[in-house]
Amino acid sequence: MSAPPSPDDGLSPAELAAKYGLAQSGARPGLFEYVGQLWDRRHFILAFSQAKLTAQYSQAKLGQLWQVATPLLNALVYFLIFGLLLGGRGNMDIEVYVPFLVTGVFVFTFTQSSVMSGVRSISGNLGLVRALHFPRASLPVSFSLQQLQQLLFSMIVLLLILIGFGHYPSWSWFLILPALALQFVFNTGLALIMARAGSKTPDLAQLMPFVMRTWMYASGVMFPLDYMLTKVTAPGWIAEALLANPAAVYMDLMRDALITGNGSEDLPGLPEHVWALGLGWALLLGIGGFIYFWKSEEKYGRG
Amino acid sequence: MAEQTPEEAQQPRIPTVIADELHIVYRVNAGSKGKGSATAALSRIVKRGGEERGVRKVHAVKGVSFTAYRGEAVGLIGSNGSGKSTLLRAIAGLLPAEKGKVYTDGQPSLLGVNAALMNDLTGERNVILGGLAMGMSREQIRARYQDIVDFSGINEKGDFITLPMRTYSSGMAARLRFSIAAAKDHDVLMIDEALATGDRKFQKRSEARIRELRKEAGTVFLVSHNNKSIRDTCDRVLWLERGELRMDGPTDEVLKEYEKFTGK
Repeated sequence: MSAPPSPDDGLSPAELAAKYGLAQSGARPGLFEYVGQLWDRRHFILAFSQAKLTAQYSQAKLGQLWQVATPLLNALVYFLIFGLLLGGRGNMDIEVYVPFLVTGVFVFTFTQSSVMSGVRSISGNLGLVRALHFPRASLPVSFSLQQLQQLLFSMIVLLLILIGFGHYPSWSWFLILPALALQFVFNTGLALIMARAGSKTPDLAQLMPFVMRTWMYASGVMFPLDYMLTKVTAPGWIAEALLANPAAVYMDLMRDALITGNGSEDLPGLPEHVWALGLGWALLLGIGGFIYFWKSEEKYGRG
Repeated sequence: MAEQTPEEAQQPRIPTVIADELHIVYRVNAGSKGKGSATAALSRIVKRGGEERGVRKVHAVKGVSFTAYRGEAVGLIGSNGSGKSTLLRAIAGLLPAEKGKVYTDGQPSLLGVNAALMNDLTGERNVILGGLAMGMSREQIRARYQDIVDFSGINEKGDFITLPMRTYSSGMAARLRFSIAAAKDHDVLMIDEALATGDRKFQKRSEARIRELRKEAGTVFLVSHNNKSIRDTCDRVLWLERGELRMDGPTDEVLKEYEKFTGK
C-alpha cells in the first residue's frame, strides 16, 4: 500500500494522543471529579444494594420474612447465653436488659457486616470490576447501604421488643436518626478501607471474623461495659479507650435514645461528649476511608 | 519505540484508540514452584522484599502497540489464551497496565454486563440493574425497556421476564444478557465473542444489531474465533499470539496468514 505521508506520521504515540485530545485509559480521576462520578452512579448503587438484599433470601420458602427473623433469632441466642446462663446482666432488670442486649446486637451487627462485606466488595466482585466501568467506590458504598437497609428491618423487631418491655415511644426516639446516619458514614468509611485492603490481601476475609469478634466482646454488646470493667479492676485508661471506641459509642447513643421506660435509670448516663465522639469517628473514617480508597482507584481488578 | 504503521492513510484520520508498548501482567497467588502451597505461602510472608516468591506472574500482553481510527472495525484473532480479551479489558481501562499506556477517545465500553446480573432476580429487575451498571439513567432504561425485552425474545414463550433468571434456559439467559448489553450506544465499543449466543434466529438479529452499533460507535473491536463473522464485520485485523502482536493489517491478508498458521 502506498500511504501518502500524513502529518501525523512522525509523532510518537503520546504526542498523537495529545494532538487529538485522547485521554489515558484507566487513569485515576481527581478527588472531586471522583465524587461527582460516584454521585452520577447513585441509582446504580441503590439498585445494586436492593438487588443484593432481595437476592439473599429469594430461595428460602419464607422469603423476605428472614430479613426480620434472622436478627430476632440472633438476639434470642445472645439472650439465652448471656442473659440467662452467664448472667452478664450487671444490675439490670430483665425489662432493661433485653432491649439493651438487642439494641447492642443490632447496632454492632450493622458495623460487623459492613466490614465483612466491605472486605469482599472488590475481591469478590472481580468479574464486575473487570467487565464494566464505574467508580469502584460504588461497590463498598453499595454494600454498606445494603447493611443499612437490613438494619432498618431489624429496627422493626427492635421497636416491637421495646414496646413489649414497656419502653414506649418518646421524642428521644428521633435521636436514632442522627445516630444511624453517623454510624452509616462510619461504617462506609471502614468498608472502603477494608475494600482496598481486601483487594490486595484477600486473606483478610479469613482473618476479619476473629478481629470482629474480639471487637464485639470488647465493646460491651451483651453486658454493660463499665460495670464489667469495674469488676475486673482494669486500669482507667483501658476503660476510657474501650468506652470511646466507635462501636461502644454508637451503641450507647442508640440505647440512650431508645430505652426510656422503667428501670432505664440503671443504665449508665450518657455524657455530652459521646455525641461529639460519634461525629468525630464518622468524619474521620468517612473522609479518611474515602480518600484512602480513591488513592488506589486505578489498581482495582488486577490479578 | 515501536513505530506506528498507518496503512492506507486517507485524508485526516482521527485516532480513537492508541496503545503504546502495552504490557499486562497478572499475578496469581497460587501454584508456586515450591512443594506444598502452605510452605510456599509461609516463605512468601517471611521473605519479604525483592521479587515476591510464590506469586506466579502471567505476562498476558507483551508490548502491543497500535492505533485504531474512527469508523474502523477491528477484529482480534489468535488462539485461546493469546491475550485478546485481556487486551480489550486494558483498552477499556479495566485492567491496569504494567508498562506502557493506552489512550482513548471517550470511554470505551466492553459489551458485557453478565457480571452485574443476578440469577436470583427477575429478568425485569436485571434489565434495570444491568442498564444502571452500564451507566444508563433510569429514564433511558425506561425508554428502552420494551425494546430490550422484545429483542431478547424472552416473552415469546410466555411471561418469563417476571420470573427469576435462574429459571431461564441457558440460551434464554444468554439472549437476555446480550440484549441488555447491546441496548446502549458507545463511542468505542468492544465485543468479546458475543455473536455465538442464542439460536440462529437470534444470531441473525444480533449480527444486525452489531452492525447498527458499529454505525453509531466510532470504533468497534471484535474478538471472535469465527473467521466468517470477522470477515463479515471487520476491515482490519490484529493477530495476537502469546501476547505479542503478530500481524496487523487488512482482514483478508491477516486471515489468510492466520488460516495457514492454524492449518486450515
